[in-house]
Amino acid sequence: MDLNIVWFILIAVLYIGYFILEGFDFGVGILLPFLAKDDQRRRVVINTIGPHWDGNEVWLITAGGATFAAFPDWYATLFSGFYLALFLMLIALIVRGVAFEFRSKDENPRWRALWDWMIFIGSLIPALLWGVAFANFVRGVPIDVDMNYVGGFFNLLNWYALLGGLASLAAFTLHGAIYLSLKVEGDLLEGARRAARRLWLPAVAMLFLFVGATYLETDIIEKLGINPGASPIIAAAAILVTGYFLRVQREGWAFIMTSVTIAFSVISFFVLLFPRVLVSSLNPEWSLTIYNAASSPYTLKVMLIVALIFIPIVLAYQGWSYWIFRKRLTVESHLEY
Amino acid sequence: MDPLILARLQFAITTVYHFFFVPLTLGLSIIVAVMETLYVRTGNAAYKQMTKFWGKLFLINFAMGVVTGIVQEFQFGMNWSEYSRMVGDIFGAPLAIEALLAFFLESTFLGIWVFGWDKLSKGLHAGVMWLVAIGSNLSALWILIANSFMQQPVGFVIRNGRAEMDNFFTLALNPNIWEQFPHVLTAGLTTAAFFVLGISAYHLARKHQEDVFRRSFQIAAVVGTLAIFMVTLGGHGQAQHMVETQPMKMAAAEALWKTESPASFSLLTIGDLTQREEVFSIRIPHVLSLLAYNQLEGEVKGIYDLQAAYEEIYGPGDYIPPVAITYWTFRIMVGAGTLMLGLAVWALFMVMGEQIAISPRAQKIFFWAQFLPYAANSAGWILTEVGRTPWVVFGVMRMEDAVSPAVSVGELLFTLIGFTLVYGLLMYADVYLLAKYAKAGIGSDEGLQLDTEDEMPSFVGAHD
Ligand code: HDD
Ligand code: HEM
Ligand code: HEM
Repeated sequence: MDLNIVWFILIAVLYIGYFILEGFDFGVGILLPFLAKDDQRRRVVINTIGPHWDGNEVWLITAGGATFAAFPDWYATLFSGFYLALFLMLIALIVRGVAFEFRSKDENPRWRALWDWMIFIGSLIPALLWGVAFANFVRGVPIDVDMNYVGGFFNLLNWYALLGGLASLAAFTLHGAIYLSLKVEGDLLEGARRAARRLWLPAVAMLFLFVGATYLETDIIEKLGINPGASPIIAAAAILVTGYFLRVQREGWAFIMTSVTIAFSVISFFVLLFPRVLVSSLNPEWSLTIYNAASSPYTLKVMLIVALIFIPIVLAYQGWSYWIFRKRLTVESHLEY
Repeated sequence: MDPLILARLQFAITTVYHFFFVPLTLGLSIIVAVMETLYVRTGNAAYKQMTKFWGKLFLINFAMGVVTGIVQEFQFGMNWSEYSRMVGDIFGAPLAIEALLAFFLESTFLGIWVFGWDKLSKGLHAGVMWLVAIGSNLSALWILIANSFMQQPVGFVIRNGRAEMDNFFTLALNPNIWEQFPHVLTAGLTTAAFFVLGISAYHLARKHQEDVFRRSFQIAAVVGTLAIFMVTLGGHGQAQHMVETQPMKMAAAEALWKTESPASFSLLTIGDLTQREEVFSIRIPHVLSLLAYNQLEGEVKGIYDLQAAYEEIYGPGDYIPPVAITYWTFRIMVGAGTLMLGLAVWALFMVMGEQIAISPRAQKIFFWAQFLPYAANSAGWILTEVGRTPWVVFGVMRMEDAVSPAVSVGELLFTLIGFTLVYGLLMYADVYLLAKYAKAGIGSDEGLQLDTEDEMPSFVGAHD
């Protein structure tokens, strides 16, 4: 296995970490106005992700930095090409991050309502846009011979990509509802459980529709054949089993299952892409691949050493932070936000 | 409109804005960690109140630093895609390492610190704050390693039509970083010290919670004096390094059109920028030579001679940066630094006495002095970056070759206005909250109730 493949896998790993972790942050943010009706309850809901959301977001920053270091042309084409979509995502992440920190620092109900809306919108937009983005990656976008995107903003909003957006939105919201049901008590727990049970079917429907659409809109049949391999099947099985665990109120297992769904969906995307990183819809020759978009072997090697040393350390202390805050929160808990 | 101008404007606005928050994070994280360590060591409740009070202001500032930083991570791809293709092999590495090594550290442990007051032992909790401080300052180190490559490219070869890394250690140990990092680190401490001085003076003048604010003022006076002294020394080192590596920047910062030996330092120069010559100037003889070489003699090259020399090396072109900008930003930074040196020493004298008596006038002075580090920080970066014109990577790549061809003027304009608007509104909310909490002092909800049973310092594990 050459270094380019190793880095392709590592970037997939970073996205898996990001979507599993910030996926439930997004879900919690989206459910906030629906589940928590008074201020105290909203504070409890926000505090379930309070100690973690920034650490979770760094997975994205690391994925961005790693893409820059390992595949500079991927970084350059993607972010100059998906320009306005990225701008929208950044604005959403900005207002959301600030909102967590600012919302409880003033008593005024209008102040709090404003920032609660920002948390909601700032979670909804990225949860939707990530599905749009990944669907476009595999469907292909207009990229010219110089590796530059020539499509404009609305090119990204095709029906297949929008379906992908709805699928990611539904999956993250479900994931967030299950996370919440592990972290709260009382009527909030009831609400979270109910939300998870209601969200399950739409999430299943969206994901299966999206898989079906993938056969129409991408080159999956040429690349992989009718049988797409193990990863989408594992993802699909996990989301189906989630329904069972929700019925019997085994939320810990349900959470593991939605995490498996997210992880194997990302793997499926990367398997379908391989060895490309961005597919050109104009000419297959113009696609960016892990070879023509990559850094030099020397840089890939140096960065691999760095990654192999530090990723385990990061996993260890992030794990420790989840361990410290493993207890459920109640309306009587000490709350920061 | 020229996309290059818009892209530069957008980069300048988002980066300067990010750097409003960064220095305070760098310095205040250390000061808060010191305060909490004092609490653990002495068990004195006043230090716990201090830690919580300054910690809260730290958090409000930190949130802004984080969210504006996310934009920076993607700016190079968005607006500077040709740049990213040309030097990504080198430049991406420190950025990725920064995230992996520093951002994870500071963000994870800050979460633990904020929510972990009654979940960790006191000693461990203070240790967590030290990890946050180390993480923040490590992040500055790695981003400055990236920036140093743009100022003084080392550790690379031109291969396959791009710059490729040929030695990681040469890149990471860039001679420029040894000048830049201490200057930025101590500038951060200066920023935080003047922040603490200004707010403490406000409360001391009102004889409000004197115990806490007297100690805060003392800590800040000591830290501030040391830090501003080192900033000045470090700045001197940077100027010397600049004469060596980017002489044009130095000449422009001094509006020195003609080579001088020995060179004089300009106190005030008025020039004719279209004719590119000096009209009127007040100069102190020998001082620029002193700044550049630590001796009274020595030739400092002027802009005209450098332009001719650069044309010979790099071919025809205009190698003169915008002189008015570099000249005035240099003066703002050095001027603010000199003022702060005086103020810090004054504060130090005050804390030597038995009591810190803050007159209303002194209070006003320390209040306004809080803005000096912000002016110096922004001016310093504008000097650093604008003075490099026309290069984006000195001697390797020009700015006009670096912008994204895929981004239209309309898109650039749209995002420029969008970021500026959102940033403006957030600044309003941020200043509102900072002022509110700074004025309120130690709240009734915090710190006052001390957990009696863990009064003794302890360094062992967590308890629930
Ligand atoms: C509190 C902030 C502060 C203060 C008081 C000063 N500086 Fe500074 N300066 C910075 C904050 C700063 C900075 C924002 O941190 C910069 C921008 C880039 C860098 O490396 O540091 C900088 C850059 C910078 C540069 C440009 C280096 C380059 O382009 O590579 C020079 C020559 C100096 N400084 C010199 C000085 C001198 C002689 C000072 C004397 C009082 C001084 N600075 C005070
Ligand atoms: C243009 C280049 C820069 C990029 C790409 C960048 C990137 C970022 C990112 C992504 C974050 C958020 C991290 C999180 O979520 O926790 C951040 C925060 C931070 N950055 Fe920057 N940054 C840049 C310039 C700088 C500079 C020049 C410094 C210091 C000298 C610096 C120091 C910091 C620090 C200390 C933080 C922690 C949060 C805070 O400052 O309040 N950054 N930066
Ligand atoms: C955080 C403090 C910083 C400030 C205040 C700052 C300021 C600026 C300013 C004012 C410009 C516009 C220059 C011009 O118009 O000529 C600029 C350009 C630029 N800077 Fe910086 N900068 C900072 C840090 C960095 C860092 C850390 C990097 C690299 C990692 C960087 C890379 C660039 C690039 C790529 C450009 C665009 C090309 C150019 O105009 O030079 N800057 N910056």
